[in-house]
Amino acid sequence: MSSNQWEIGPIFRALMRNKVGAILIAIQIAVTMTIVVNSIFIILERAQRIERDSGIDEINSFYLTTTGFGDGFDPKSTAFNDLELIRNTPGVLDAIQINAIPVSGGGWSMSFQTEPGEEKETQGAAIYMVDEHATEALDLEVIAGENFLPIDVRWRQPGLRDWPDNVLITKVLAESLFPDIPYQNVVGKTIYISQTEPMIVKGIVDKIQAPWVGWDDLEHTVLTPEITGFESNRYYIRAQAGQRDRIMPIIEEALASSNKQRIIRGMRTVQETRERSYRGDTAMIKILSTTMVILTIVTGLGIVGLASFSVNRRKKQIGTRRALGASQGSIVRYFMIENFLISTVGVILGAVLTVALNMLLVEMFSLNALDWYFVPAGMIVLWMVGQIAVFGPAKKAAKIPPALATRTV
Amino acid sequence: MFTYYLRLALKSIKRNPILSALMITAIGLGIGASMTTVTVNYLMSANPIPHKSEQLFYVQLDSWSQFEPAREPNEPPDQITWTEATNLMQAKKAYRQSAMASTGGVIEPKGQDEKPFMASIRLAFADFFPMFDAPFLYGSGWPDSSDDNRDYVVVISKATNERVFGGENSVGRTIRIVGENFRVVGVLDDWLLVPRFYDVTTGAFDETEEVFMPFYMKQELELTNGGNTNCWKTPEGEGFTAFLQSECVNYQMWVELRNDNEKAQYMDFLNNYVNEQKTLGRFARPLNNRLSNVMQWMENQQVVADDAQIMMWVSFMFLLVCLLNTIGLLLAKFTGKAAEIGLRRAVGASKTDLFIQHLVETACIGVAGGILGLGLAYLGLEGIKSLYGEFVQNLVGLDLTMMVSAILLALISSILAGMYPTWRACNIAPASQLKSQ
Repeated sequence: MSSNQWEIGPIFRALMRNKVGAILIAIQIAVTMTIVVNSIFIILERAQRIERDSGIDEINSFYLTTTGFGDGFDPKSTAFNDLELIRNTPGVLDAIQINAIPVSGGGWSMSFQTEPGEEKETQGAAIYMVDEHATEALDLEVIAGENFLPIDVRWRQPGLRDWPDNVLITKVLAESLFPDIPYQNVVGKTIYISQTEPMIVKGIVDKIQAPWVGWDDLEHTVLTPEITGFESNRYYIRAQAGQRDRIMPIIEEALASSNKQRIIRGMRTVQETRERSYRGDTAMIKILSTTMVILTIVTGLGIVGLASFSVNRRKKQIGTRRALGASQGSIVRYFMIENFLISTVGVILGAVLTVALNMLLVEMFSLNALDWYFVPAGMIVLWMVGQIAVFGPAKKAAKIPPALATRTV
Repeated sequence: MFTYYLRLALKSIKRNPILSALMITAIGLGIGASMTTVTVNYLMSANPIPHKSEQLFYVQLDSWSQFEPAREPNEPPDQITWTEATNLMQAKKAYRQSAMASTGGVIEPKGQDEKPFMASIRLAFADFFPMFDAPFLYGSGWPDSSDDNRDYVVVISKATNERVFGGENSVGRTIRIVGENFRVVGVLDDWLLVPRFYDVTTGAFDETEEVFMPFYMKQELELTNGGNTNCWKTPEGEGFTAFLQSECVNYQMWVELRNDNEKAQYMDFLNNYVNEQKTLGRFARPLNNRLSNVMQWMENQQVVADDAQIMMWVSFMFLLVCLLNTIGLLLAKFTGKAAEIGLRRAVGASKTDLFIQHLVETACIGVAGGILGLGLAYLGLEGIKSLYGEFVQNLVGLDLTMMVSAILLALISSILAGMYPTWRACNIAPASQLKSQ
């Protein structure tokens, strides 16, 4: 088909006679594309964040805090009795006392280094204080070295500042601290906490996230073998598959009645904690998706509205063209090509604006830079939106009977 | 004349119901989205204490390690150590001052049926209450002397008073907290601070605390650390005292300074204090002390969430698209009315008359869009509440200012959108339109 048959020349000249309407649509398409492409990019990034695996058995686990009060409260016996009680409850796979919950947002971090002393390179990592049941309760695999033994686990009193001698660390942390050797060889190495205090890496575990989902060093984690004697105690409980909801009230009740000198609070599933931690991201995804869809509909309807008007205004000309032998197909094609020309201007402008907005977001809110292929993808989508929107009015135009040309009005 | 134009406008709107509905919906959506995000941003960035936000200053001292700043590029830590908190309080160089910390503890109500519960506690000095205009329902704050005497006194929130004393005036009565008996000296009225500016380290939109207690109780009762504790150096030695004397920051400090002169003097005092500490081998970094007033501190702590700002800009662009849409549709509509306009011009209506008439029509669409937008903004805020959960409760209220601005914004933007199409419509030469008839 020659370009003559596409009638680009006449269509373009006709467009130039009604520039404003065409420009309005082009700008609308450009701004819509800017928002849609940037939104999709943000949405995908957030979705990726949410999907990161915490490394623990989230579905079957929950936790609670008990806070003792009164003169007769003994943290040490309480902790040991509680753990025994929980572990012996039918339906519990395993349980530990822990100082912080992964993905919950609150916890303890320290700096670690491979050589002692000030002014050495350090690597931050989250600390979980646990006992030898941690691997089972947190669903961890010791991929090199060994798990803690009961004799490794010490009793940590409030105010104690030093650290246990043996620790487990994650594979990611092992690789960050000792980038030059395979992680298996990190077992037995000495690392330093508080600049000078040595610890020996007893084993490497596969993966467990730190409590702070927004932290860059999310998978840098250290497990220290100790049971803490603070007034507030946190227990992390992993239920057997499908038993979680059944045993939650049972455990709460059993703990409450075993020792009256405390309150039990904050019992929550890990699943719910994850939802809370990522709530901002989930909300952003939903809000941006809704905005994007509504915006595209508004733009689409705008195109429909304007195209309908332009069809109505040109009824007589269309009738004349039909009377002079133009087929229905060529009338439809006329409007489709007209829209395509407008859209092309729109998406080119849109590509520029999209990149500009992304640069602004990178500058102001330190977002990541857009991957290049989002831009052509956005252009194609907006082209299609325009074509779909204009198809209805174009069909209507094609149905205008040639006889209309002969009428005066 | 106006009512006549109004009638004409309504008639014209009714003549193209789908087109008019499209325009109203577009404006409504744009306004709704914008108002939702503007409300959230407006409340996040609100000045929580407008009449004295310029006189209240947050104190920062750079006590961090000589090898690295507390925060890049060269920010001092956002809290201070126990040593500084107590030294600055003893110096008493400001008009009013209070060091603060947060902690928590179990309250044991007397009644048998009331269960013990966990309460949030703010440790502060007597000046805290007048400095931040805390509203009292009963009683008052404790006297200055109670701070140094370490009196077992507390101020409790209205909700705590309801829970423990059934809402009666409990001033003078005893309440058991963290295993000790305290005397209630004051009960606060509802105290909603958005943001809760006096301590934003654990989130700017937390509630005010349930119990307020003299600061030195921290040491007296060895209370736990609330909020964030950051250390660049491990405490030397074991136990609670070693921790208090360490370089760990966990305390906030506010001072009230009534004018620039007082501020300059206080800054001098801080610098002298740090220089003095330097001779004791502390404060290895160059002088880097800060006094930030309330709004400066909110800015520094980035209280308005990035996401909220991004959403606001996106919604403004959304409104822009909706308005472009409306301009296009109005243009089409008024062009379609060319014949009618030509006729009216021919029988004597002036350009001004027609201009006003069409402006009335766009204004009608604008008002309708504004009302729809207000409804949508209400839904939008409800949506945000359900998406973000309870912590945004105080950020999603539509007040009168916001409602009026929604309608005004809709009206102004739709009239602006209508300007060009109206102007075009009025410039139709009467003769050209009459010819073909």
